[in-house]
Amino acid sequence: MMMLEARGIAKTFVLHLQGGTRIPVLDGVDLQVRAGECVALSGPSGAGKSTLMRSLYGSYRADAGSILIRHGGVMVDIARADPRLVLRVRRDSLGYVSQFLRVVPRVPALDVVAEPAVARGVPLDQARRAAAALLDRLNIPHRLQALPPATFSGGEQQRVNLARGFIAGHPVLLLDEPTATLDDANRDIVIGLIREATRRGAAVVGIFHDAAVRGAVARRTLNVQPHRDAA
Amino acid sequence: MSGYNFAYLDEQTKRMIRRAILKAVAIPGHQIPFGSREMPLPYGWGTGGIQVTASILGPPDVLKVIDQGADDTTNAVSIRRFFARTAGVATTTRTVDATIIQTRHRIPETPLHEGQILVYQVPLPEPMARLEPSRAETTRMHGLQEYGLMHVKLYEDIARYGRVANSYDFPVMVNGRYLMSPSPIPAFDNPKLHMSPALQLFGAGREKRIYAVPPYTAVRSLDFDDHPFRAGRAPGICALCGADDSYLDEVVTDDQGTRMFVCSDTDYCNERAAAAAIQGNAA
Amino acid sequence: MSDALLSARGLGLTFGPITALDEVHADLWPGEVLAVVGESGSGKTTLLNVLSGRMAPDAGTVWYRDPARHLHDLHAMPAPQLRALHRSDWGFVHQNPRDSLRMRVSAGGNVGERLMAQGIRHYGDIRAAAQDWLAQVEIDPARIDDLPHTFSGGMLQRLQIARTLVTHPRLVFMDEPTGGLDVSVQARLLDLIRTLVTRLGIAVVLVTHDIAVARLLAGRLLVMQGGRVIESGLTDQVLDDPQHPYTQLLVSSVLSA
Repeated sequence: MMMLEARGIAKTFVLHLQGGTRIPVLDGVDLQVRAGECVALSGPSGAGKSTLMRSLYGSYRADAGSILIRHGGVMVDIARADPRLVLRVRRDSLGYVSQFLRVVPRVPALDVVAEPAVARGVPLDQARRAAAALLDRLNIPHRLQALPPATFSGGEQQRVNLARGFIAGHPVLLLDEPTATLDDANRDIVIGLIREATRRGAAVVGIFHDAAVRGAVARRTLNVQPHRDAA
Repeated sequence: MSGYNFAYLDEQTKRMIRRAILKAVAIPGHQIPFGSREMPLPYGWGTGGIQVTASILGPPDVLKVIDQGADDTTNAVSIRRFFARTAGVATTTRTVDATIIQTRHRIPETPLHEGQILVYQVPLPEPMARLEPSRAETTRMHGLQEYGLMHVKLYEDIARYGRVANSYDFPVMVNGRYLMSPSPIPAFDNPKLHMSPALQLFGAGREKRIYAVPPYTAVRSLDFDDHPFRAGRAPGICALCGADDSYLDEVVTDDQGTRMFVCSDTDYCNERAAAAAIQGNAA
Repeated sequence: MSDALLSARGLGLTFGPITALDEVHADLWPGEVLAVVGESGSGKTTLLNVLSGRMAPDAGTVWYRDPARHLHDLHAMPAPQLRALHRSDWGFVHQNPRDSLRMRVSAGGNVGERLMAQGIRHYGDIRAAAQDWLAQVEIDPARIDDLPHTFSGGMLQRLQIARTLVTHPRLVFMDEPTGGLDVSVQARLLDLIRTLVTRLGIAVVLVTHDIAVARLLAGRLLVMQGGRVIESGLTDQVLDDPQHPYTQLLVSSVLSA
């Protein structure tokens, strides 16, 4: 079953503050991901992998093309949908693990992780139990789970971010460098999480700078090439 | 007395005040502005009440004036004498005989009857004045019947003192519509406002407001369901007449702190004492 | 706009030579947080005042849908109805809590006022509701009888929120609710607002000059400049991929911690 279908995505940034400089990044990118599939985005640094990822999530506005995401039986075009529909798709169908954790500074890690599940209607205590289990699995000690992640190390923050991304069981999951700051043991745990997600039928798109991770989880690779006009 | 119009005020002023009174009667509890005149007594001594009395007084009227229930205090005596001289009307201290009773801070204990008019001297006509300083805003609140703020005050009292702290000037709702200050009468008198057969007029001279409670109008003291209004009085009986149902004044009788409680309503006390004497003689 | 709680169409307002609002359209749906950002003088506070009926526009209409789903032209509503709306279905959180709180009335009285204004006349119930709401905004319920001037700035703002939410409004207008607070206090308040708004499903129009606040609270964003909405959409899209020169300037001017 097709879960994500992007066709002809183009993206050019116009920097008005730099005299209207145009930076073309994506031009006619196609991507299809089926249920249970994990596709890795590859290509040199600056080729536009993260731009593509953010366009898929709707954080960047695609200039052309369509990005269809399966949302409760219908395909929603993230590139054109009403913002409120995009928010519902994100809540129920489309998960995203960014490189950096961005949350209200004071909230304990446990609640940061539980939040996406609560947003989908899981009762708070149940969501907290699931969050604790995930954080346990990712080796975040109990004493840290009750603290806001702002003071955590980079690796710990990334694991909190991952737990937050995986908890809600979204059918489409976007992972932007999920293992960048992790040691080997934790990296293997993340590999396990991704495999479990695809096994339950999730469609995963990831940027993995670590070839070992990419090899372990991705069935296919989409090579994103630097734009011809980019200079 | 020559040199003055009947009852001191000129007829134009009386007419203006009567118009305000008619409006006030038409809208029970609603404050009507009026052009308060300079009177030959200072503000706070009853300039509002005296103008209302002057405007409604006619030659056949019988006037009674009380101050805190008493007919014999300076203020009461002066005002009574003022109208006796400027209008030549009959005066009395007996509640039942009076057609007009001007009062400061009390409602007589003896039940009023139809045809009587009770005129209150009012220092602060706006019940929310201490809570909301802007008159424009309180006018708007009256217009829209927004009286939550008044209940906030009652809430504060109960939270702080366990009960509503107003033992006088206890705010009332008139005819289910307007929040009204009953003037600084003791809360004990509030129930007498309700469905009274007499016409009740309120005059505030300094604040230039007149308002009214027509006969047989519902007047309810504000309260909470679980903290119902209670009319309080000092526990005890009158040392002079033995009344156990009247509002009592505490009187210190010597330098040793000896105290006695007596009826604040002197007419009521006298009538009771006289009746007891007659009964005593008859026995 | 069929289910929108509030719909503004073609709002215009000038103050002499100054254009405060120019052809502004906005919709607010139940349960969503809409942020309005822009610098001082951009018209964002004027927009808030017009949307909430506190100020009338020269042109355009604000439609309000009541709980019975009837549409009202907000600025044609009689004053009593509008004031009743502000006491029940709506709330307004000011930047300075002193503009809203009664400083000479206890915390409990402040929280209970809207209930009493709605005609609730049971002291025990009002007090219980006040205690419950103080706890919800993380003020020790034992301080229910304390006067607001004994509270810190952050507590005052939380007290204002409790006072506003006690009637379970469906729509709350917030004017720079975290302005003027220490950064650590801001974080706590942001978390609180976010939690309460999510749990109670309240729709919020949030005016802020702080883009970080908008990012953390709002699903959608309007960017205003010179009385016009120059960009709008998903909060993260507008902030991460701004299209308009002014939005790019606004975003690039933010210091990142």
